[in-house]
Amino acid sequence: MKKKQKLRDFLREWDEGNFDFSYKTAEKQLKKRPDEPDSAGRNEAASPVISAAQSEERLFRRLVPVFTGIFLFAVIGFLLYVVTKMPAFGSAETPANTSEVIRRYLQSGLTETGAVNAVAGIILDYRAFDTLGESHVLFTATIAVLILMLLGKEEDEPADELRILHQDLILRNTAKISVPFLFVFGIYIILNGHLGPGGGFSGGAVIGGALILYSTAFSAQNLKKILNLRSYRIIVIAALSFYSIAKCYSFFCGANGLETIFTPGTPGRIFSAGLILPLNAAVGLVVACTMYGFYSVFTRGRI
Amino acid sequence: MLQALWNNRIEVAAVILFAVGLTTLLLHKNLLKKIIGLNIMDTAGYLFLTSLGYIEGRLAPIITDGSTDPERYVNPLPAGLVLTGIVVSVSVTAVMLALTLRLYRRYHTLNLDEIYKMVHREQEEEP
Repeated sequence: MKKKQKLRDFLREWDEGNFDFSYKTAEKQLKKRPDEPDSAGRNEAASPVISAAQSEERLFRRLVPVFTGIFLFAVIGFLLYVVTKMPAFGSAETPANTSEVIRRYLQSGLTETGAVNAVAGIILDYRAFDTLGESHVLFTATIAVLILMLLGKEEDEPADELRILHQDLILRNTAKISVPFLFVFGIYIILNGHLGPGGGFSGGAVIGGALILYSTAFSAQNLKKILNLRSYRIIVIAALSFYSIAKCYSFFCGANGLETIFTPGTPGRIFSAGLILPLNAAVGLVVACTMYGFYSVFTRGRI
Repeated sequence: MLQALWNNRIEVAAVILFAVGLTTLLLHKNLLKKIIGLNIMDTAGYLFLTSLGYIEGRLAPIITDGSTDPERYVNPLPAGLVLTGIVVSVSVTAVMLALTLRLYRRYHTLNLDEIYKMVHREQEEEP
């Protein structure tokens, strides 16, 4: 009976919107109570109020997982119901797979963009604006992380917590052997983006991983000679500006029917597919620098 | 019903992954585990999108022999869309981790309830 009353009070309070997770409820009611005219038994009234607030809080804590579970089951049930209404997996007759856009991309993509890899042709030629936005999302995220980590930093710089790894013989020798191959492999993925699976994002991630491995195995001081905050800014801003300017030029020429210096060329050759190869390189630089920048800021507090 | 679920088993797996991620996001108090849950939800999204583009018995959309017949290749568009999703997820994860690190430096805990309590206490002391 008492519990029901408590629950009703609790729900009413929550419903009215003055429920503030009940951390302060007890103290608030304590403060409020002396102002009331009949404050004769305030000391006696205070302790039950506290216990009521505490039990409310406990009730709230117990109810949150229950309601969350109900909500989750509702969401999963709804999603599974939607999945049963969808066309079968792998069928060719779905609306998404029979749309005119896909046919167009596959039929004339090779002659229009010159890219053997249809996905590269889509993301860096037909939808290059989208990829420009993606690169800028990465750039903005790096700026946000740098602002959050560099502003309000403690006076004493945190020591390089991975210093102990720099003496690790196994890590150093593994890195010595594998880092050059990782770099070459990343560059290969970037340059091969229009000819096969790959592209700027995956190749940039591989190069970023190689940079991270190098700076973990050897100290970041060695890497700092070529990649510090200054060169990071120069590389990323140059890559993004090159992307924007090249794509502006290509859009301008395409819209006005002018001849461009970037032609699709012979599909299958390394210097073909117009802008896709340089744009892949620009995206790869941005991604590699961003990956290493995230790692460096989180481990050492600076690039 | 069960037959329909079996026909769309990849999408069902995506829904289950999504549910795992959402549960982690909602029921854990640890901020790092919340971020992990959000990443699992992202992964479910990628799995769902890529499964939509798959067509049984067709090739990857890499035109090596010059044949541009659209009936030969799977749908290339979801791959491009998933790429966007991955990039945005990486960026959001990095920003969330940076915010979490700032919170940890100030309150020395990752428990969201503890942080709420301390914020309330600070707000009471300030005015």
